[in-house]
Amino acid sequence: MSVLIVLVIVSVIVAGCFLAAFIWSVRKGQYDDDYAPSVRILFDDTVSTEDKNPN
Amino acid sequence: MPETQRLIEKPSKQKKIIQCYHCGESCDSSIEADGHFFCCDGCSFVYNLLKENGLCNYYDLSTTPGIKVKGKYNSDKFSFLDTPEAQQKLITFKDEKQSQVSFYLPQVHCASCIWLLENLHSIQTGISFSKINFQRKEIFIAFDHNQTPLRKVVELLAFIGYEPYISLNDSEEKKTKKVNRKHLYKIGVAGFCFSNIMMLSFPEYFSSGKIDEYTLKHLFSYINLLLALPIFFYSASEFFVSAYKGLQQKWLNIDAPIALSILMAFSRSVYEVLSQTGPGYFDSMAGIVFFMLIGRWFQNKTYDSFSFDRDYKSYFPLGITKVEEGVEVPSTISSLKKNDHIIVRHQEMIPADSVLIDGEASIDYSFVSGENTPVLKRKGELIYAGAKQLGGKIELMVIKTVNQSYITQLWNNNDFYGDQKNKDKSFIHPWSRYFTIVLFSLAAFAGIYWAFVNPKNILSAVSSALIVACPCSLLLSSTFTFGNMLRYFGKNKLYLKNASVIEALSRVNTIVFDKTGTLTYTSNASVDYCGVPLTRQERSYIYALAKDSAHPLSRLVKEHLLRIHTIIPFRVKDFRELPGKGTEGTIDNKKVKVGSCLFITGFNDSKTNSAEVWVAIDNDVKGFYRIHNLYREGVKEMAAKLETKNYQLHILSGDNDSERKRLQTYFPLAPLMFNQSPQDKLEYIKELKENSARRVLMLGDGLNDAGALRQSDVGIAVSENTSQFTPASDGILDSHNVNKLDAFLSYARAGKNVTLASWIISILYNFVGLSFALSANLSPMVAAILMPISSITIVTFVTIATGIAAKQRGL
Repeated sequence: MSVLIVLVIVSVIVAGCFLAAFIWSVRKGQYDDDYAPSVRILFDDTVSTEDKNPN
Repeated sequence: MPETQRLIEKPSKQKKIIQCYHCGESCDSSIEADGHFFCCDGCSFVYNLLKENGLCNYYDLSTTPGIKVKGKYNSDKFSFLDTPEAQQKLITFKDEKQSQVSFYLPQVHCASCIWLLENLHSIQTGISFSKINFQRKEIFIAFDHNQTPLRKVVELLAFIGYEPYISLNDSEEKKTKKVNRKHLYKIGVAGFCFSNIMMLSFPEYFSSGKIDEYTLKHLFSYINLLLALPIFFYSASEFFVSAYKGLQQKWLNIDAPIALSILMAFSRSVYEVLSQTGPGYFDSMAGIVFFMLIGRWFQNKTYDSFSFDRDYKSYFPLGITKVEEGVEVPSTISSLKKNDHIIVRHQEMIPADSVLIDGEASIDYSFVSGENTPVLKRKGELIYAGAKQLGGKIELMVIKTVNQSYITQLWNNNDFYGDQKNKDKSFIHPWSRYFTIVLFSLAAFAGIYWAFVNPKNILSAVSSALIVACPCSLLLSSTFTFGNMLRYFGKNKLYLKNASVIEALSRVNTIVFDKTGTLTYTSNASVDYCGVPLTRQERSYIYALAKDSAHPLSRLVKEHLLRIHTIIPFRVKDFRELPGKGTEGTIDNKKVKVGSCLFITGFNDSKTNSAEVWVAIDNDVKGFYRIHNLYREGVKEMAAKLETKNYQLHILSGDNDSERKRLQTYFPLAPLMFNQSPQDKLEYIKELKENSARRVLMLGDGLNDAGALRQSDVGIAVSENTSQFTPASDGILDSHNVNKLDAFLSYARAGKNVTLASWIISILYNFVGLSFALSANLSPMVAAILMPISSITIVTFVTIATGIAAKQRGL
């Protein structure tokens, strides 16, 4: 049964990693705006710079 | 004089209106590019700029996404951004190669906006990066100031229609809005601890408290204890702080019993674990905290892009052009002193009370008084701060500083800041006080009972009573009810500042309306023509002239002509706009004049108070367009419904009383007050509140209503376009939904019943829990099952109930 002790500690540590990931994402501002990223991902990223005719 | 015979103009059948490809405004077909039509040169310039840079995708993402660039583009407007003083205030970061700046762009409204603004770098070299925060309508720009100065960046934004709002407020406080994040951290930590405590408590439940391996059992308890620490000391801290603050003011708020319950659960559990007498109630405690934090977050999630606390500083621009020894110098408003000379151009605001020295001033006071016809001012006359200049450039001498000007005085008035409205008036607090009193007497009763029967059980019964009877479900019911209602209001475009406004709305019994802009349309009016009949060609002349004029009445005439008639596009030669008089120009070799009665006929004949636009072609006076306020659709029905529900209605208007008769048919019982200054409005509301003890809801739109909005119990700012600026208020209402006011009020009242019903449910759960507790039989498992179930029942109930209530009222 003592293997349970190891497992419990491991599972708490794994959960702790998720908590850390959550805190990191909040700090990075991922929860600040819930609309723009959903649109942004659909944009074609290349604005064709060849269209820029210097003449 | 023409015979003023009235002609009824019939709209031609099913006229197809051409829309501007850029901004969607109805227009004629005179400006065309690549098969698309544009309403003005501004829009077609922007289109061409985007086309040159391969950014036409802008028009594919949404239809007519553009923003019309209002008025003529003024090249000097942003010159103050070249001053180091202004730059230092706005730029958040600067090194040798890069500057970073954030602006508020109220115009941002769709995916196209995001796309265009994040591709700024392909229009302007020097801009390296731009990012939109859609919630807050903010743009973050990083640019190389050696290549592109700040002024150029702002000018580009303004050119493409997204003029950043740079106000006096921005410069004074650079507050970062990161308060909300703290709450998210707390929820995250509570969620993590709660789920792990739950998991480690399962063995205890399933073996009904008899785990054979002592090491395991103790390990689980000690890990639980460790996990409970962050919840108790970090996540739950706000309940303790709030309860303590309440007690300091001898006030038992709803957080007091919650804090007590958390404290009891924690200390009893710590005791049980350390003395190895039991597993404790850590799981219940963690659950309570987690659910309540979520409830608060749900309720407090408000509208980031709206600001409900604007004072005059947000209205005033940051920059101004000063005249020093005959030279125009860009400067900031905060440096403005008495006797300074300043230059104000078309569409700019006068920042301080000043005297006109030079130029022809046509002053639009709509911001200050609500009167929307511009007034002509002569040299030496006083012009109040907050007025806007229309027409040419004027020179003024400042006689009072910005802070002491007439309009800003309103804010310095102490009433204005009053104590925070509606605070602590919530019905939740008195109810929770009764709850606490009942709970304490029950616990004391149980204590006395067990003292006689079996003294061993005293501590257990009393403490578990205090743990299980936590009013958390009571708190949850109100937070989720109001949170949900805020969302329903928001769906119908009434954006409330916070949940306490709903309660205040439910108590209102008097409603005060501002007239102009609130009950009437601001950009639409009923226009009718009196005079000799016009030919199609003549109407097209008038249209061509009115189209280029900045005057609000010209715009209304233009819209009217476009709506009703087919227009032939003409080009105007020798266009001249005379401020306060009218416009003239040559079209088709004919001299056309459009303007005031005095300007066209040479004498002032206007007997009525209504606004008129006179027309002359080749010096032959043809007639005039009379412009009436147009009341919003459904206003009459709404007023009738409100009156049958015994609301007292009042109308306050800054305008003259030409509309009195018409208005009285809409509001047969309401007292109508005209020519009200901002101060009069404030006093009127104060009078109603203090002498008649009415609870007042005020609806208004402009800065002229700001005082009254602030003074009333609930002040709602009505706005044609929610991206526009509104005065400080408790809520912002889209003007199209003013006619839903009766539904809003009745929904607010329904909210109280929903809360009441859900309280009864939670009291029933509390009975079950207490009966276990008082008999000293509350096992941690029962507590851990009862609490989540009661919370879930309540959340489900209020979600369904508020939804049904909204549907019944057509919201």
